[in-house]
Parts: sequence; structure tokens; C-alpha cells
Amino acid sequence: MNPSFKAFGSKAILIEWPPQISETILLDILLFKQKIESRFKGFYDLTTAYNSLTIFLQNPITDFDKQVAILKNIYQTPIRLSNLDHYVWQIPVCYDLEFGLDLEFYLKSKNLSLDQLIDLHTKPLYTIHFLGFLPGFPYLGGLPETLNIPRKFNPSLNVPKGSVGIGGKQTGVYTMESPGGWYVIGKTPIPFFDVNLKDPCFLKAGDKIKFFEISKDDFYKISNEIEKQNYLVKMELYHA
Amino acid sequence: MKLKNRITWLKWNFIMHSIQVIKPGYCDSIQDLGRFGYASIGVPVSGVMDALSAKMANALIRNSQQNAVLEMALIGPVLMFQKEAVIAISGADMSPKLNDIPVKMQTKLAVKTGDILSFGKAIYGCRSYLAVKNGFRTDKKLNSYAAFNGITDLVILKKGVIIPIGKQLKIFRFGHSSIKVDRQHFNNEVLDAYKGPEFELLTPKQQDILLTDGFQIVKNTRMAYQFADVPSLAHKCEILTSAVMPGTVQLTQSGKLMALMKDCQTTGGYPRILQLSDEAIAVLAQKNTCQKIKFKIIHL
Repeated sequence: MNPSFKAFGSKAILIEWPPQISETILLDILLFKQKIESRFKGFYDLTTAYNSLTIFLQNPITDFDKQVAILKNIYQTPIRLSNLDHYVWQIPVCYDLEFGLDLEFYLKSKNLSLDQLIDLHTKPLYTIHFLGFLPGFPYLGGLPETLNIPRKFNPSLNVPKGSVGIGGKQTGVYTMESPGGWYVIGKTPIPFFDVNLKDPCFLKAGDKIKFFEISKDDFYKISNEIEKQNYLVKMELYHA
Repeated sequence: MKLKNRITWLKWNFIMHSIQVIKPGYCDSIQDLGRFGYASIGVPVSGVMDALSAKMANALIRNSQQNAVLEMALIGPVLMFQKEAVIAISGADMSPKLNDIPVKMQTKLAVKTGDILSFGKAIYGCRSYLAVKNGFRTDKKLNSYAAFNGITDLVILKKGVIIPIGKQLKIFRFGHSSIKVDRQHFNNEVLDAYKGPEFELLTPKQQDILLTDGFQIVKNTRMAYQFADVPSLAHKCEILTSAVMPGTVQLTQSGKLMALMKDCQTTGGYPRILQLSDEAIAVLAQKNTCQKIKFKIIHL
């Protein structure tokens, strides 16, 4: 796919693919990421986004062309991969007015009924392109076009943790309380980020999310079970 | 065995210490050099805004550079030492006083049990750093002490909070190690920057404006420095959300420049036109609202 290489300051290398949100590009990025992890040295972090991969280096770049040559070689060399499995995570969402702080406004401006919204929002298998914005916040691809809505002109100051929102062409979950410009249509009891866990975030780029509707009673029941560490998020291996 | 001998030989006398916040400052937080390696799960780097001054404070009392320090912005706090300690202050001058008597910055100081260390408004600079022997010992999260909302329990210092600090050597040699303040660090108005990934999206005229004009700071937080709108830098370039890091200078479509700082998000959607050097980040961290800066391109 011929990605391009740029120095990003003195201690990072930015690798870019064509500016598209696509599954093919995502998989190529994740494949390259895994090759870099196993064959490249001298970096302390590796992040991905829709069409880019950034390598954070421990030391300033001395010979950029040489680094690029090494990386191009790694990109082109086939490798036997150990672990590129992706999972589908089933995420419960309560689409109730109590949690969906902007639900009324959203339905009115989109001219949709609540049932139509729930139907459209829970149908797709969303792809996690990458995590960013907030710790553990997944950038999801796959929102039906009929649910698009321009972001709020004035962002809300405190969107509660767990809020499920729609903004522009995207949908996502606020993993912690934060200001935000998306319309909140519901809430999930699942914590997406726990700093005290060895692996604070169970979602990984390339995984899939499926939302399913729960009642308010279920919401509190699941919250309770989570508190007692008695709830496991349903997941299964993803088969393309 | 070897270590045990050493300890006996030196007759080290350790005491558990802590500091109590009597009155918080404008924005005080515990910081180290940063939380590295978690950007891929969306966790900001955080850490000291002015790494040069913070490292200086640690160096003055021969701390490890990994030790956490207290970062204070604009107006400093009033602190009480619950046991004796060895400290050093560097960075912005907030007229530090020990029991109401002015004390020197840039040098090693001894404080006794019950001593009150107070800071005022910054006379020059914006951020001051307090280092204590063996560092502040709040809970380490994801391998770092750096305070961040949602990551660490303690974010901004509040009245009454007790902050544990490292064990203190009871006998500490006092030499005359004080270091002169590098005025250039505070007076410098030129920030060294590499061309950012989207620098070439600017027209030649815009590039010229970016590198010759002075830009006025209108907002200053740990997340970003914002500059006054420059309508001539307005553009219509869009990029897909991609990586950003401390020092990334973004340009919004309306012509607003933002230099991202240590608490910035890990991804952003505005064109990244410059990338500040580490030194330039430290210089900018000492600037206040209304001050002006310029950018100068440097190359790898």
C-alpha cells in the first residue's frame, strides 16, 4: 500500500497511509505495527490512528533515511504472526431518558422514534480503529449514515462516564467524565478503562463492538455485578 | 549483604515524612518526567511542563531525575512540613518564604518539623518546582507519579491534603551548591520548532507569517497554550484524526494556533504545522497570558 514516512519532531516517526477510513488500511497498519514490535528497536511507544502509525523513539533521530530504509524493509518482509486475533465485545447500553441526556433533542432533530434509533444503533458491528481522546476511548467506524448529526456547537462541560454519544459521523463511549461535543443517547455500565488493572483497557484497535439494549433495571443489576466483580463482558473471536 | 554493610557504615537514619497543604496555590500538582508507553490506550504523557527547571530542583539536592516534584503555577501554596526535610526550589520566582523569612531559590535548604513554606505570586516565569529529598511519594499509577484526572487519585492539591515524601537522611551535608538562574530561559521569546507533518499545507505566505510574526498567548493550561486568532492563517485543510504529543503546534481552520503541552490528548484532528523542541516546551511553560513568542524553524 506504500505508506509514506515523515520525521515528527526529533524523536518520532510518522507513517501515513492514504487519508481514508477503511478496514483494509486498518489491517495493514496493525500488521505493520506488529512487525515493528517484533523487529524494530529503540522505541518506547507505538500508536495508531485511522491512517497513520507513529513510532516514539527513545533517542533523537540521527540518520532519518537509514531508519526509513530499515522500516521499509520490515514493512515488505512477510512475517509469521502470532497474535492478530480480534474480538467482538458485546456492550450493554441503556437508552433511557435518564441517561440519554440529549436523547430528546437528538430524536426530535433527526425525526426518529426511540425504537428506530435503538434499532439502527445496535445493528452494526462497529470497528475499533484506535484509542485516543480519553484513556481507553475507542474511535468507532460503522455508524449508519442516517444517525449522523453535526457535533454540538457548544460542547457540554461534564459528560458522565459511560455515556454513549453520537457526533458527526462517529459514535463512541465516554470512558471517563469529560467535556465533550457529542449528543449523549444512552449509557453503558461497563467500565472501559481501569487504571488499577495490569492491562487497563480490554479493547484493542482492530476489535469490534456490538451494542445491545438493556433496561434501566438491567443497567443497575449489571452495575452491581461489576462492583462485586461478578460480571464478564461477553466476547467472542471475530471471524471476518 | 553488601548493601547492609553500607547502610550500617553510613549510619543512615531514615524518618518517614510528609507535607501538609495549609493553603493550595492556583494549580499545584505532583509531577515527574511523564507517563511513557501508554499513548496507544489514550493515556496522556503528563509530567513537568518545564523539565529544565524541575531537573534543576532535583539536581540541587542530588535526587534521581525520576523523583517526583511539586509543580506550582502562577501562585504557590502554603505548606507545612510534618518532619524535617531537605528541599530545593527552582523555576518561576514565587518569593518563597520559610516561616515568613524569604529563602533563596536554586539552592539546597533544610526545613525543620513544623516549618511553614509559603509561596506568593510569580514575579517572573509561570511555573515553580519544589523538590524534596527522595521525592514526593504519592501513589504511582501506570509507572508514573504524574498527576492526571482519571489516572491518579490526587490531581490538584487541596487544603488539608497530606502528601507523603521519601525517607529523609537525618544528617545531610550542607555545602554551598547554589546555581545561578539562567535568565535566558525566562527571557527567551523564540521557540525552536521542527516543521510539523502538515507544515507544507500552508501557503508560502502563511509560512512566512508563521515564522516572522509574534503570537500572543491568550490561554495557558497544562493541556495547551492558545494564541490569539490570526485570520491570515485561516485555511480549509482537514486531516483525519492522528497522533499528537506535547510540543505539537496545531492550527485550526479559523487560524487559531495551539501549542499542545504535557497533559494533551494522544490524538488530534487539526493540522500539525510545527513540533516544538523539548527545550522550547520548557521555555514556553514559563510564559504567561499576554506575553508574545515567535517560532524559529530548526532541522534534524
